[in-house]
Amino acid sequence: MQTVEPLLQEAEFDQKILDEQKIEPRDWMPEAYRKNLIRQMSQHAHSEVIGMQPEGNWITRAPTLRRKAVLLAKIQDEAGHGLYLYSATETLGCTRSELIEALQTGKAKYASIFNYPALTWADVGATGWLVDGAAIVNQIALQRTSYGPYARAMVRICKEESFHQRQGYEIMFALAKGSPQQKQMAQDAMNRIWWPSLMMFGPHDADSAHSSQSMKWKIKRQSNDFLRQKFIDQTIPQIKVLGLDMPDPEIRWNKKRGHYDHGEINWDEFYQVINGQGPCNHQRIKHHKRAHDEGEWVREAVRNYREKQNRRENSTMKK
Amino acid sequence: MNQEYLSTYEVFVRSARGLDHKHVGSLHAENSQQALMYARDVYTRRSEGVSIWVVEAINITASQEEDVESFIEPMDEKKYRHASHYQLPDKIDNM
Ligand SMILES: [Fe+2]
Ligand SMILES: [Fe+2]
Repeated sequence: MQTVEPLLQEAEFDQKILDEQKIEPRDWMPEAYRKNLIRQMSQHAHSEVIGMQPEGNWITRAPTLRRKAVLLAKIQDEAGHGLYLYSATETLGCTRSELIEALQTGKAKYASIFNYPALTWADVGATGWLVDGAAIVNQIALQRTSYGPYARAMVRICKEESFHQRQGYEIMFALAKGSPQQKQMAQDAMNRIWWPSLMMFGPHDADSAHSSQSMKWKIKRQSNDFLRQKFIDQTIPQIKVLGLDMPDPEIRWNKKRGHYDHGEINWDEFYQVINGQGPCNHQRIKHHKRAHDEGEWVREAVRNYREKQNRRENSTMKK
Repeated sequence: MNQEYLSTYEVFVRSARGLDHKHVGSLHAENSQQALMYARDVYTRRSEGVSIWVVEAINITASQEEDVESFIEPMDEKKYRHASHYQLPDKIDNM
């Protein structure tokens, strides 16, 4: 029995995946599937949370009250996305403190784009447009991921995400149609943020460490290169409407492929930034730690309050 | 048996894998294991679902609908939280 049962469970699991059934928290699942999910989902959660930092720097410097309200609303959404994703990850049997610790010790990664600074107001526009745009392409595909809680979190997030890209594009459009200096600012922000946005889809399929197993388990539904191309194809016409120059001189329509060709991504930079050498890696984690530590007194107060309540309940029950 | 001694349980059923559990109704039971069995017998007689949750009603903390304006602020003035608030140039068909 002892040898047959795991095999049977594994066969059942494989069949569910094959039949496009979702895997739910209490189902049996291979240990590697669970680990792989925890890695990907927590990385996703960390990205939502760390991603608030570069944009957060601009809340007090937004050019109008409306822009400020919009940016604040967007960043608040991202905090919510982090919460949905942490909670969904916890259904796999890990704790929030483990996840936070993995982030703060560098064991867990987050999207490398957030290790770049937001230098000008145009960066806020380019980030909403390109970074959220790339995230949406990725997240739409993940609505069909095989793990139920992850898929449901994605549906919710995609709904909320819809205004993020538009508000970014609106900023870019205003700048691109503004004074020559404003247009230049938009061009410069796009040029800088374009490449890290393409890197958000991860390494080429052939070089992606986790990809083939993730595809087999339907954690990932479409390959890195496929999604990247989709993002490029939908974004080029938007650049043209802005009237900006292409951020990559090799971009050109390939009639035969039915896609835009583009230049090669600087993968050395990608790995450098992922491995901690980006312009803001240190600052992002330091800030996260500080914010987390400064919140400790609140958590402590809540714990004490709960204990006090419990004591009170117990003593009234005894009476 | 006096029904007053039984607690009320709220019943949630997941109709298919991948969907949320949805509230379907409530019942009385002496404990959660029994509640689960009663729920199975009453609420899933025609293959309505693949998974059932039962929650003792007293464990549910709920907001009151009368409080909706002060508690769940409708945010009607924050139109910018919706994608439709942003005007895109005509040439951009979807974003
Ligand atoms: Fe998000
Ligand atoms: Fe977003």
